[in-house]
Amino acid sequence: MVGIDLLEVVDVDVALSGRMVLRDVNFRIDHGEFTGLIGSNGAGKTTLLRVLLGLQDVVRGRVLVHGEPMTRSNSSVGYVPQKVLFESDVPVRVRDFVALGIDGNRYGLARRSRHTYELVDEMLESVEAAAFANRRISSLSGGEQQRVLIAHALVSKPELLLLDEPLANLDPGSAQEIIQLLHSVVTNQHVAILLSAHEMNPLLPVMDRVVYVANGRVASGTTEEVVQPEVLSALYGHHVDVLRVHGRVLVVAGGDERGDSLVADHPAVVLE
Amino acid sequence: MTNAWISGTIIALLAGAVGFFVVLRGSAFAAHAIPNGAFAGAAGANLVGINPLFGLVVFALGAAFGISSMSRRTRSDVATALALVMMLALGAAFLATSSAYEPAVNALLFGEILGVSSSEILPVVVLAVVCALGLTLLYRPLLFSSIASELAVAKGVNVRLIDTLFLVVVALSSALAVPVVGALLTFSLMIGPPAAARIVTSSAHRALALSVVFSLLTLWAAVASSYWTDLPIGFFVGTMSAAIYLAARAWMRLDSRRSRRALA
Repeated sequence: MVGIDLLEVVDVDVALSGRMVLRDVNFRIDHGEFTGLIGSNGAGKTTLLRVLLGLQDVVRGRVLVHGEPMTRSNSSVGYVPQKVLFESDVPVRVRDFVALGIDGNRYGLARRSRHTYELVDEMLESVEAAAFANRRISSLSGGEQQRVLIAHALVSKPELLLLDEPLANLDPGSAQEIIQLLHSVVTNQHVAILLSAHEMNPLLPVMDRVVYVANGRVASGTTEEVVQPEVLSALYGHHVDVLRVHGRVLVVAGGDERGDSLVADHPAVVLE
Repeated sequence: MTNAWISGTIIALLAGAVGFFVVLRGSAFAAHAIPNGAFAGAAGANLVGINPLFGLVVFALGAAFGISSMSRRTRSDVATALALVMMLALGAAFLATSSAYEPAVNALLFGEILGVSSSEILPVVVLAVVCALGLTLLYRPLLFSSIASELAVAKGVNVRLIDTLFLVVVALSSALAVPVVGALLTFSLMIGPPAAARIVTSSAHRALALSVVFSLLTLWAAVASSYWTDLPIGFFVGTMSAAIYLAARAWMRLDSRRSRRALA
């Protein structure tokens, strides 16, 4: 597979209910890269992730995995949703939930081998969740559940992991722990990660590349290449400033034609 | 009485297993609506002079497919309610036209286990085996889609197909249970025992097994009570199902209090 990207998105247009929501989407992800999918709420990040999972049809363009068209339930791609709402007394243990990541789509009764459970335990260990392997999944905290969801996605040994706003419901401490955990997954398991978030600052230390979504369009590259006033102004269709303060990046709506500073509820206002 | 024990045991085994998934999926309303709608089928079958089980199966399946189809276009509780009211309306028309006498209607609504004849056992066994095989086949994707539907879809599970097939299993199980337990209280056997089981264990396999055991105990106790008191079996199934749930809740509360004391 030398020379072929793990994931390649080429000239993709996506429409929802007859309205074009994403146009001319182009980016690539290579093995072992940590990519941030950044954009404000409603920018189309989840729609793009659904396209990559084969759950959303495209109007135009191609999504290729290892150079081949993406198919639904491709075993090379794992998925972690923003949150799974478990009922309080759902009778499912963490270990069994993670095992469903291996065989949950197969018909018939589960006759799991020792090897399956060894793999499950290995994944729980890798996300530091082995301590609650036998607990009821609904009894875990948000951060603990997020770890289990990551183990569930990794247990089928994907090469690319898609995460939809995994930091959205976490306190800053838990969010940092999850970011470090994902960084170790990239480093130790050589899994590529595409993580969607509306704020890029927590990801800056670990992110190799960024896919920035705004105004229905996408810019991709390294953070230095993409998070520039010219690139983002072109993306938003009006002037934006990029401010770097104490190592943090702030994307702020720039002055309008009259020279006034815009601070309104526009998607471009204080984006980061 | 032997027929009552045989058919009651089969129904209880099935209801315990189906009910485990009914509670897990939050499908209690569908489990209530399908047997109530199927009641209209039995009334229709009485009207045209054919085996009521045939009418029950046809109407229960109609309800299952109707709910499944309408749920794709509207909220599932609305779809379920629409299917229920349509069939209850038909049932009202059938009863008004029919010459069925009151005890027969009462038996369909509240159950009449002592009225199970030998000839009714075979269809009960056949349909129960079909349902058990269906549940066995669906087990993993059904469990997966019940607890994390979005993840199941991403993993390639055809959630719509699983939904429809599960409703078919609920429909066939309901059709078996209605003549014995009664249309109004069939669903109580699919709710109380499994709801109790999931409180007392965190393992899916154990909860499923316990649900079957609780369901069996409930039905056996209800058959005996109905026999000795002449009250309808539906009354006992309903009250005992609720009691077993409350008992499980109380037991867990005591257990967690004991654990807290041990830690302190």
